[in-house]
Amino acid sequence: MAIEAKVNGKPVSFAGEPDTPLLWAIREELGMTGTKFGCGIAACGACSVHIDGEVTRSCSVPISDVAGKSITTIEGLSGAEGTLTALQQAWIAHQVPQCGYCQSGQIMAAAALLAKTPKPTDADIDAAMTNICRCGTYPRIRAAIHDVAGTAANPAVQA
Amino acid sequence: MGMIRRTFLVGSAALVGGGIFAIKYADSSARSAAGALTNGKDGHNFGTWVRLGEDDSITVYSPHTDIGQGSNTGLAQMLAEELDADWSKVVVASAPAEGPFATVDVARGFLGPMSGFPGVVAALPESLMSFIARSIPLQITGGSSALRFTGQKAFRLVGAATRLALIETAAKRLGVPSTELTTADSKVVHAKSGKTLRYGELAVEAATQTLERTPALKDPGTFKFIGKSIPRFDIPAKVNGSAQYGMDVVKPDMRVATVIAAPARGGKLESVDPAPAMAVSGVEKVINLESAVVVVAKGYWPALKGARALAPKFSDGGNGLISTATIFAEQDKLRAGDKPTKTVGEGDVDAAFKADGVKLLEADYKMPFLHHAMMEPFALTAHYKDGHLDVWGGMQDPLGAKAAAAKAAGLSADKVTFHPMLIGGSFGRRLPMYMEVVDQVARIAMQVPFPVKLIWSREEEVAQGAYRPQSSAKLTAALGQDGRITAWRNDFAQPEAGIDEVPFFYDVPAVARRHFKQVSNQSIGQWRSVNATQHGFTTESFMDELAHLAGADPVAFRLKHLKPGRHRKVLEEVAKRSGWGSPLEPGHARGVAMVECFNTIVAQVVEASLAEDGTPKVHKATAVVDCGTVVNPAAAEGQVMGGIVMGLSSGIGEAITLDKGAVMQSNFSDYEVLKLANAPQIDVHFLNSGAEMGGIGEPGLPPATPALANALFALTGKRVRALPIKDQAKA
Repeated sequence: MAIEAKVNGKPVSFAGEPDTPLLWAIREELGMTGTKFGCGIAACGACSVHIDGEVTRSCSVPISDVAGKSITTIEGLSGAEGTLTALQQAWIAHQVPQCGYCQSGQIMAAAALLAKTPKPTDADIDAAMTNICRCGTYPRIRAAIHDVAGTAANPAVQA
Repeated sequence: MGMIRRTFLVGSAALVGGGIFAIKYADSSARSAAGALTNGKDGHNFGTWVRLGEDDSITVYSPHTDIGQGSNTGLAQMLAEELDADWSKVVVASAPAEGPFATVDVARGFLGPMSGFPGVVAALPESLMSFIARSIPLQITGGSSALRFTGQKAFRLVGAATRLALIETAAKRLGVPSTELTTADSKVVHAKSGKTLRYGELAVEAATQTLERTPALKDPGTFKFIGKSIPRFDIPAKVNGSAQYGMDVVKPDMRVATVIAAPARGGKLESVDPAPAMAVSGVEKVINLESAVVVVAKGYWPALKGARALAPKFSDGGNGLISTATIFAEQDKLRAGDKPTKTVGEGDVDAAFKADGVKLLEADYKMPFLHHAMMEPFALTAHYKDGHLDVWGGMQDPLGAKAAAAKAAGLSADKVTFHPMLIGGSFGRRLPMYMEVVDQVARIAMQVPFPVKLIWSREEEVAQGAYRPQSSAKLTAALGQDGRITAWRNDFAQPEAGIDEVPFFYDVPAVARRHFKQVSNQSIGQWRSVNATQHGFTTESFMDELAHLAGADPVAFRLKHLKPGRHRKVLEEVAKRSGWGSPLEPGHARGVAMVECFNTIVAQVVEASLAEDGTPKVHKATAVVDCGTVVNPAAAEGQVMGGIVMGLSSGIGEAITLDKGAVMQSNFSDYEVLKLANAPQIDVHFLNSGAEMGGIGEPGLPPATPALANALFALTGKRVRALPIKDQAKA
């Protein structure tokens, strides 16, 4: 039986087996590839999405658990016309991504942090930002979050 | 392919200095072939690597794989600099994975200093070099090569020569001497008459000119783009989910496959009952390969469930007795046998060890296999239709991938097209000698009538890696009464020597670096910075041990062994910038290390403490880098920051261990990499020394681990000689 939910504000119906991880339903059924597969065991956070506002690692949530819930992916973070959020703009200003593969998840985690804690301390950032970035962009992730929150004076990269 | 890569890595630290080589476009067959591939409508190819559109567009073809290191933007900056381009008109495209776009200048860069006869290789005619590169075929990203070889040896020259062709064309059209013409912002300007001509209106005619082989290059003092932190082209698509990686390829009617390979590398598939997989809803086919079993399904989840339902029987390929302990034991035995495979160094070490009044110090170091842990597991898509095989994915050598796919499919290369996609991390994992994933996807595609995407699970990714080799070393040194080292011996055992790649730069009269070649059943991996992590850790830890034996400050001790020059400046600068010697919070200590690789010198000071569980906590890392010239400071800083994070991550917690010939780790749960909370504040400073351009993707990494280990010794008096550090410095 199909599972009804909302993704980025639109009603969707997942037809896959109920144990299918939300990640694969988003990627393969909905064809939205911004949410990434990294580990499959909720260890790396590349697949982070928001479920009813809570940042969640979608590789380890079966679609049977999301019936009636509202899911936001990286594609749904920006405005209707593709306008980037201040957070995404800060990611560009600080030239955060390198390979970029983990960055959808990093941005979803940061967005969830700022929604709850608009003025995060370093300790708040340490606790919330537990996604893996193998390129080692962590210092710029921290600077970009502080910048958009107005909590630190780290300047963006200057041309 | 493995042999070829070896050749290119030999001697990569030393470059042929100075001279301008005849460049790639002198090979007219390659040039015209490149033109045929890129000219298109209203556009004209110049010197293979750039196309000028009649609409003023400038398309730069990068033969390198931009893995996020910013090489595409950097290459465009270098070409645009010499072309006097209007930056707003510049775009970068991936060069087609076709022979004419082989990275001939990388081949020359690596071949140049090889085997001690650089003159011979440097003198090879360009057409022969091009032939070598195209025949290999090579289109490689590795060895921190993009900017220093392709950029310096080709793109700047092509930009400059194209500019001259445009000037000559304008001179004819305006009927004025070319000496009266200047260029700026994609225009040729005749100041006397006030006339200007856009590059776009000159392109058709200019493209028919023979390009100057040795155009003059700009004086660095006049650079407009080189040395500027121009925002990278690739970043906007990486913040909104639109960037397309190999994992994201979708084709009509596509199926998804996953694979389980023999746990012990070298093992073969003996038998498997496909029934349990076929019973999983969505599974369509089970394919047996020589060393692996593949499940093809409607999606990744059913493919994975199907694969996990199987109970394949694999042989161990005769490797069932290999373990981490047996590898170290074999390395010790080789050392004890005293027959090194290769020795580099000068002076009589044995005599110096026996001299009167010297203090001898000896120490054993051990380093584990390391996994690349790229965030995007292998994901390649292939489709065989009407006699042609298309493959989509991200590899560090698209031409090599094309060749590997052709071989696996039993097709000639002209029946295969490789479509390069963005790469979600690599660090050496996607190099040409590790093309088994390409081999797998090509074989699978030949057996199914639809496009198929092969995705490796993270478990497969961790257990089937091409690891930084497990390595060990016995260091011995003699310290004279004046506190100077009189002799140094490093007996190290691992698959490759890597001595020339990682120079020993201290002023010591007698040095013997002796390689004892030892191989296991594992692939010989090229992990970011290649052999520099091993040599860097042992050399810089042992320098620290000697400093303490001499009762000297670790920075002062190193300076005592450095003649005036680049290394000395880098070390003095890092001491100054880090506040070396200034008071610290209680429970904190500093450590220093300096490593040269890929012609770049990096010194780092790390400030660390111990967490309650006894693991290190790094608070601050200061790096000073001499890579000659910096093309894009923000991108370069990102590379060094990332290198430090990866260096600390591996030094603190990473290890691949073997039992019965198979890897014991399976995912990020037992292969732990550093997270944001443990990443230090990092300050990076570049010395624009003007030396021959060095690499930037790799050299930031090697000093981090020894600097940390040295800081922990300063803090606790415990010397960590076996990596990873974990809680070994615990009180």
